[in-house]
Amino acid sequence: MTSNTLTIALSKGRLFKEALPLLAHAGIIPKDDPDTSRKLILDTNQADVKLVIIRAADVPTYVEYGAADIGVAGKDVLMEHGGDGLYEPLDLKIARCRMMVAGRPAAADHARRLRIATKYVDITRRYYAAQGVQVEIIKLYGSMELAPLVGLADRIVDLVDTGNTLKANGLQALEHIADISARLIVNKAAMKMKHVQIKKLIALLSAAVAGNK
Amino acid sequence: MSRQDRWLLPEGIEEVLPIEAQQLETLRRRLLDLFRTWGYELVIPPLVEYLESLLTGTGNDLDLQTFKITDQLTGRLMGVRADMTPQVARIDAHRLKRTTPVRLCYLGTVLHTMSDGLARSRNPLQVGAELYGHAGIESDLEVLCLMLETLAATGVQDVHLDLGHVGIYRGLVREAGLDSEQEKTLFDALQRKAHTDIEESLAKFALTKTYRQRFAQLADLNGGAEALEEGRRVLHGASAETMNALEDLCSLAQAVRRRLPHTPLHFDLAELRGYRYHTGAVFAAYVPGQGQAVAQGGRYDDIGAVFGRARPATGFSADLKTLAGLTTAPAAAHVGGIFAPCADDAALDAQIRKLRAEGECVVCALPGQTGGAREMGCERVLELRQGVWTVVKREDR
Repeated sequence: MTSNTLTIALSKGRLFKEALPLLAHAGIIPKDDPDTSRKLILDTNQADVKLVIIRAADVPTYVEYGAADIGVAGKDVLMEHGGDGLYEPLDLKIARCRMMVAGRPAAADHARRLRIATKYVDITRRYYAAQGVQVEIIKLYGSMELAPLVGLADRIVDLVDTGNTLKANGLQALEHIADISARLIVNKAAMKMKHVQIKKLIALLSAAVAGNK
Repeated sequence: MSRQDRWLLPEGIEEVLPIEAQQLETLRRRLLDLFRTWGYELVIPPLVEYLESLLTGTGNDLDLQTFKITDQLTGRLMGVRADMTPQVARIDAHRLKRTTPVRLCYLGTVLHTMSDGLARSRNPLQVGAELYGHAGIESDLEVLCLMLETLAATGVQDVHLDLGHVGIYRGLVREAGLDSEQEKTLFDALQRKAHTDIEESLAKFALTKTYRQRFAQLADLNGGAEALEEGRRVLHGASAETMNALEDLCSLAQAVRRRLPHTPLHFDLAELRGYRYHTGAVFAAYVPGQGQAVAQGGRYDDIGAVFGRARPATGFSADLKTLAGLTTAPAAAHVGGIFAPCADDAALDAQIRKLRAEGECVVCALPGQTGGAREMGCERVLELRQGVWTVVKREDR
């Protein structure tokens, strides 16, 4: 984070693709495509704006500590990260999905503790604590849907987009935890020191989001 | 613990090695000298004390940050200080009992249960200054200037100052009649300036449109001087508590601009750092390249009430280790050390004593030791020249 450049942290994939038109609306166009380039820091058409391409779950960390001034992160990642150290002034309304509890439709309520498989340990713990239910949480890194099928867990907590993966595996969305979309996040110190640049960008992006509706 | 990791320190606990320790100590002395010239008296509070006195009026955060131990003598719970400010407030309220303004400064290790900040340190070296017994912006201004002077003495350049006032939000909450649960939800969203979450929680509260708009717009009231003007417009018609807080902030801003015309100012009317604890103006110093504030402070009136005396109070604190890391000054190691031979010679002893009295660093050789002057980091040596022990430049062969 040098004094004049604005560094924006993004993750590859769906988020990057959907964020591009918004950034373009704000006049920021990357010079390289992260899918073909091996560069981790991408230049843009604006000399004082750079993009860094990192893992989605790392975006809040980079921004909180000021390694990037701004970032685009899913609400799921922010909820899991615990976003106190960041500003998240704008809902970009892209990469939308839902955080759900899913499981077999017929599974009766168990007298014993439920086992929940998830990538989102904190969100799951908070959700069930708020319901007054004590659960065992099993941290998994992927293919959540498999866990109830092989008896590893009773339920799963995961992002649901179309619900097709659930359906294909005989599972069903049971409870809605939160609506998820990508948020613009800003480092607190950057917001204070580069407020002219950043507020302008927020205003442009905000107009772009409104135009997307 | 196996044999191999006996050297391992707990996570976030660090030690400071010679060169850095010397720098840290030089800085420590410089800052304490600075505080003395401003009339701030040094106090040395204890490392541990009973939990009740350590955690008064500071809210849940500090409680979580405090390590607890049982006092074997009384069975009471003691805390290892995680913040020295409450201790210094106790000293002012209960021990000194002066009616005049009291200026105190302190410097010492604090211990945190959880690491915060990029350095991930759990044992920062807290340094700070507090001014008790005056409730106007003049004392806020003094403490704020001392904070910037501290950074200047450290060699930190290009400091940005952020100003806020927790009374603005507090007034709005009181006027709108939010209960503590609602206030907590809103606080959490506002701290993140998360518009979507703010509007979501506001929609759930039974509030009039005016109140809803004020809360929703509060998150945007930040930026340069225009943010204050905007604040006056947006909050127009709010309770006296809110408007007085805003006017307080405006006067402080003017005073700061007069006193420090070249310091970049930023205003944030929704800055809620230390909200549970602060009661008035809050301020923080930011430096380019640092993702977090390097020093912070603000007003926290009446914290002394639980110790029998409510007193207006304002102060600032910083982590000396963070400050030392910001300085660009080159590390001055063992520079100019003098290596003295090992000899049973009264004249040599006298010469060494004389040099040390002059402030020189004299390292005495030990019989059979490995390494000479160079290995011991000395640039000069003591040699017997024409019967006189003389300091000469080291000759490397």
